[in-house]
Amino acid sequence: MKTILVGDITLAVKKLCMEACTILGDDVLQALERAHASEESPVGREILGRIIENAHIAKTENLPLCQDTGMAVIFLEIGQDVHFEGGSLTEAIHEGVRLGYGDGHLRKSVLHPITRINTGDNTPAVIHMEIVSGDRFRITMAPKGFGSENMSRVVMFPPSAGIDGVKEFIVQRVEESGGNPCPPIVVGVGLGGTFEKAALLAKKALLRPLGTTNPDNLLAELENDLLERINSLGIGPMGLGGRTTALAVHVNAYPTHIASIPCAVNIQCHSSRHREVEL
Amino acid sequence: MNNDVKHIVAPLESGLVKELRAGDKVLLSGTIITGRDAAHKRMTDLIKAGETLPFSIEGEIIYYVGPTPAPPGRPIGAAGPTTAYRMDAYAPLLIEHGLKGMIGKGRRSDAVKQAMAQWGAVYFTSVGGAGALISQCIKQAEFLAWEELGTEAVRRLVVEGLPLIVATDVHGGDLYISGPAQYRR
Repeated sequence: MKTILVGDITLAVKKLCMEACTILGDDVLQALERAHASEESPVGREILGRIIENAHIAKTENLPLCQDTGMAVIFLEIGQDVHFEGGSLTEAIHEGVRLGYGDGHLRKSVLHPITRINTGDNTPAVIHMEIVSGDRFRITMAPKGFGSENMSRVVMFPPSAGIDGVKEFIVQRVEESGGNPCPPIVVGVGLGGTFEKAALLAKKALLRPLGTTNPDNLLAELENDLLERINSLGIGPMGLGGRTTALAVHVNAYPTHIASIPCAVNIQCHSSRHREVEL
Repeated sequence: MNNDVKHIVAPLESGLVKELRAGDKVLLSGTIITGRDAAHKRMTDLIKAGETLPFSIEGEIIYYVGPTPAPPGRPIGAAGPTTAYRMDAYAPLLIEHGLKGMIGKGRRSDAVKQAMAQWGAVYFTSVGGAGALISQCIKQAEFLAWEELGTEAVRRLVVEGLPLIVATDVHGGDLYISGPAQYRR
């Protein structure tokens, strides 16, 4: 049994919020640099150069990479042998977000969906908890901007659509999104499960480091095929034309019902931000 | 794509809108106003009610941005463009009432393009997600109206050498159509 004080979790979440919004992961920077080297469009190359420069300025000046510092999406992996002390785990997470967005001068973008009245502190966070074996406790903070979130979709396909119908839909979704989600994007795909499971699979697919290969050969092949088709669309950096529309396509799959092929496409802008910590 | 960079000043001189072509690179200096979803709704509601806006949009360029709070010692935080299609429902009326320019990201609707051609307005884009970089070009920021909207309040910005690309012009040019068409295969 491991005991964790929830006050420590608040401090960890606060730090993750501030770091995630200002420091771009090395995997993303490397993917952007590869794209910058290979992009054929002069405008596209210039835009990629500015995106890379932006990441350096954000880090050195301690400024957010993007003004949309997102809604705070928090993934928790909680070992079944972990015990929390000092208060509510959920409240501790929200408090961490409140402090991180306040002290970090991050944008408060969260409001009531009907009254549109802002909560003022970017809470509540969206929290996904998973119980795992052992006494591990891992927090992932993934601020999600809504330029790209708005372009995401879930569709329940009939089995007759087949994988070809699913692929067509994913490529079309990217094409219709054009420059709106700030390409080059990362495309997270969730296949299978139920309606909400597919969406969660797609979101989790965005957390996989760029440049890694899917361990499932069938999915790896699907990812390559989709990436090639997406990068043939011509959309390019910021939708102004070019070869680099997506940096990667990541697919997660789960068994589903005999009556369906649930498919979620979660689009992520080039500011693909997430930070993790283990306590 | 024209490789020369045009230095232009905001508010735009009359006649300049017609000279700008989709694909032109520009560096913008001068004063612009900001506004996004909530401010657009308020402006439109006031105009439709026949009331006067608390600030003038005549001849102005509006930047679709919701900046992060200014850290100590800076006029503003990260301040990149937000997606423009959400303002499409409001933009034609504002253009009819004298707005001359918009800065955002992503393509515009046919109705907006038509209003731009009819009344003479230009749509610029800057690099979405480059909020820290763009912040360096903003020298002053002050509230103009609706401070209670927080990040969505209307501000007046003084900018220096803000790098933009003309995305949509008054002659029917649209880089969101011509750019991708050139690289599609």
